[in-house]
Amino acid sequence: MIPINYYIILSAILFTIGVTGVLVRRNALIIFMSIELMLNAANLAIVAFSSVLESFSGQIFVFFVIAVAAAEVAVGLALIVEIFKSKRSIDVDQMSSLKG
Amino acid sequence: MLLSEVTNFGFLSLAPWLVFAPVVGLLVNLIFGSRLSEKWIGFVASAASGAAFVVSVLLTITLSASHGEAMRWRLAEWIHVGDLSLDWTFRIDSLSTTMMLVVSGVGTLIHVYAIGYMHEDVRFKSDPGRFRRFFVFLNLFIAMMMILVSADNYLMLFVGWEGVGLCSFLLIGFWYEMDTLARSSWANSDAAKKAFIANRVGDFGFLIAGFIMFFAFGSFQFDTVFEKVHEVSHGVIIAITLFMLVGVAGKSAQIPLYVWLPDAMAGPTPVSALIHAATMVTAGVYLITRSAPLYSSVHEAQNIVAMVGAITALFAATIAVGQYDIKKVLAYSTISQLGFMVAAVGMGAYVAGMFHLITHAFFKALLFLSAGSVILGLERGHHHAAHAHGHHDEKPKKKIGKRKEERHDEHHGVSRAERRAEPKVEARRTEPVEVFDPGDMRNMGGLRKTMPVTFWLYMIGTLALAGIVPFAGFWSKDEILLDASLHFSTVYWLLTIAAFFTAFYMGRQIWMVFFGEPRHEAAAHAEESPKVITVPLVMLAVLSVLGGLLNLPIINHVALPGAHALTEWLGHTLGEVEGGELDGMVAGISTVLALLAIWFSWLIYGRNTLQAGQIDPLKKSLGFIFTGMENKWAIDEIYQAIIITPFTKLSQFLADVIDGKFWHDWFHDTVIAGTYNWVSNIALDKYADQKGIDAFANGLGVWTQNISATMRQVQNGFVRSYALSVLLGVVLIVGYLILK
Repeated sequence: MIPINYYIILSAILFTIGVTGVLVRRNALIIFMSIELMLNAANLAIVAFSSVLESFSGQIFVFFVIAVAAAEVAVGLALIVEIFKSKRSIDVDQMSSLKG
Repeated sequence: MLLSEVTNFGFLSLAPWLVFAPVVGLLVNLIFGSRLSEKWIGFVASAASGAAFVVSVLLTITLSASHGEAMRWRLAEWIHVGDLSLDWTFRIDSLSTTMMLVVSGVGTLIHVYAIGYMHEDVRFKSDPGRFRRFFVFLNLFIAMMMILVSADNYLMLFVGWEGVGLCSFLLIGFWYEMDTLARSSWANSDAAKKAFIANRVGDFGFLIAGFIMFFAFGSFQFDTVFEKVHEVSHGVIIAITLFMLVGVAGKSAQIPLYVWLPDAMAGPTPVSALIHAATMVTAGVYLITRSAPLYSSVHEAQNIVAMVGAITALFAATIAVGQYDIKKVLAYSTISQLGFMVAAVGMGAYVAGMFHLITHAFFKALLFLSAGSVILGLERGHHHAAHAHGHHDEKPKKKIGKRKEERHDEHHGVSRAERRAEPKVEARRTEPVEVFDPGDMRNMGGLRKTMPVTFWLYMIGTLALAGIVPFAGFWSKDEILLDASLHFSTVYWLLTIAAFFTAFYMGRQIWMVFFGEPRHEAAAHAEESPKVITVPLVMLAVLSVLGGLLNLPIINHVALPGAHALTEWLGHTLGEVEGGELDGMVAGISTVLALLAIWFSWLIYGRNTLQAGQIDPLKKSLGFIFTGMENKWAIDEIYQAIIITPFTKLSQFLADVIDGKFWHDWFHDTVIAGTYNWVSNIALDKYADQKGIDAFANGLGVWTQNISATMRQVQNGFVRSYALSVLLGVVLIVGYLILK
């Protein structure tokens, strides 16, 4: 049995990588992937806790998160495709027409 | 009970109709007059005045049935304020009925005359629309005069007093946009204003007298005031009577306020006869007679009144000698005769004054109306002559002729607007040309042949005025002279000399107007007036001949029937008055002087009649004295210099310096507006508003702008920086939750 700490540390590392990716990269697809990474880091933590606590509710919750994430991906990718169509780029720094 | 009341009071309840009748007449003419023909307008007005006369007669009958005891008819409550309680009450006593009979009787005759006179006058002056207005004013005058004479208290009398003044103003300025020769000018309006203002000065005196009277007696009612005369101090009564004299001097044209009356001749001739000779100007004499108990109790005031009257009588008579205008002579004669009356009532000879008032109303109305007939005759003659000459005459004549023709055309229906516009254009065209003056006696002469009826009527009036036996003027003037000779020798001599001048200027007028050869073609072609004009004149002439019968003196201890009739009649009101006896000395002197004066006038004007263009023969012999008379002793110029010019200067000073420079420019503009501007511009605007409120509001805005400028930096559009903010926020919150 692998101790819970390892899962949490891995989850934290993954989340941090995700955050760093979102903040550092300009490519919308990469940012999107980083966000997925952050989601799955959270999923990992929830599943780990669920296993330790022997409760199924955490695992059911994660199913929902994965389902929602799938939907989110569909919407997000559609948005990115549309943005690319109009701007010929998916550089997020160029999507600044709403700035004050 | 009821029946006996009716019999006791007879026709007393008709009293209000003295005023209502003329008011109804004027209302009818005012409302329906535009649809009535001239005949009907004249008829309504004359009937209204005639109705007032009938009422006066009925009241007189009622009064004599009750032995002359004063009666009152209360019409309505009038003023009830504090201690003052006045009713609108008609006072019917022998004095007021006498005045009513004179006013309405002579007034009615003049109304009838005016139908004929105004018919021609409005056509000569090219505005027939004004015919109605004249009769409305005339009826208003009768109503006001009736209020004046029927008053039971001084305040009601004052209402009438002001009312007749107003009518006088309206009628003097009847042809307000022209002068007496129908040229475009404000001369007639100026004459009207002069009359009104001179009367205001007099009314001021009357008002002050009224105030003192109310202060001293607490009442305006005649009987109440007269009963308390002896309870009030002597000085107060003197003040009242003298202030009242100022009012009398204004209304009855005495020195120093007489100057308006000669100018008042600018009014149409019936007005001169009715208002400025027979009735209104005698209101002052009536006022003194009415106030007899006041005047009789203070001899000092009486002496002053008598002297004012006597000096006026002589002074005006001298001016009359030097006048050329037929109406101006009569105007000064009126002033002079009013002087006789005022002198008489001043001496306490109230009956003599009233007697002269009545006879003067007869013969002066006769003279004025005859003069009006002469003027119309000359206008007609001029019209005629101008037509006969046509257009191929020399230039000035041609212009006059043209003007007359235009007027003639207007008889036959020119539209109203054109007629209105005409006088000014016409006047401008004829300005440089000497306009024919139908009132100038130098244009007359020889009218005896062309206007015989008017001539004889004028003769009767002249003899009555000159005081020749047995005409009315002789008896009344003699009674005044008799009283003066008994009580006041200075006044007697002044009046006697005035009587001499009277006969002289009337003689001069007769010779100049009716005798000799015509001095102007208009006089040569003069035409006699129609019956509507001559018939009232004949009636006045009859009254002028027989008027003396009203109050014959006792001659040689023989009392003829009718002797002292007026004395007895007025005695009911004025108390016991002794009736005079004919004094051979006084009557002889005055008659001889009058005949002498007429003889003198014949020597100067009758024997060798004036030729056209010849200067007055008296001017050669009297020199500067005649010039003085001719120029009215320069009284108008003196008034101009000592009163009007300083007054105008003072008003200009007040207007320019005090009002303009001080109040307007300095006080209002500098002090008030300046302070206000300083407060609003500097204190409030610059400091309170700009530096306080504005600064706060602007500061708020600037501050918000600055904050938002700073905050705007955050909204940079970089999604990643937003994400960083979110992260930092999460870290902060989570950190807080963990470390809490």
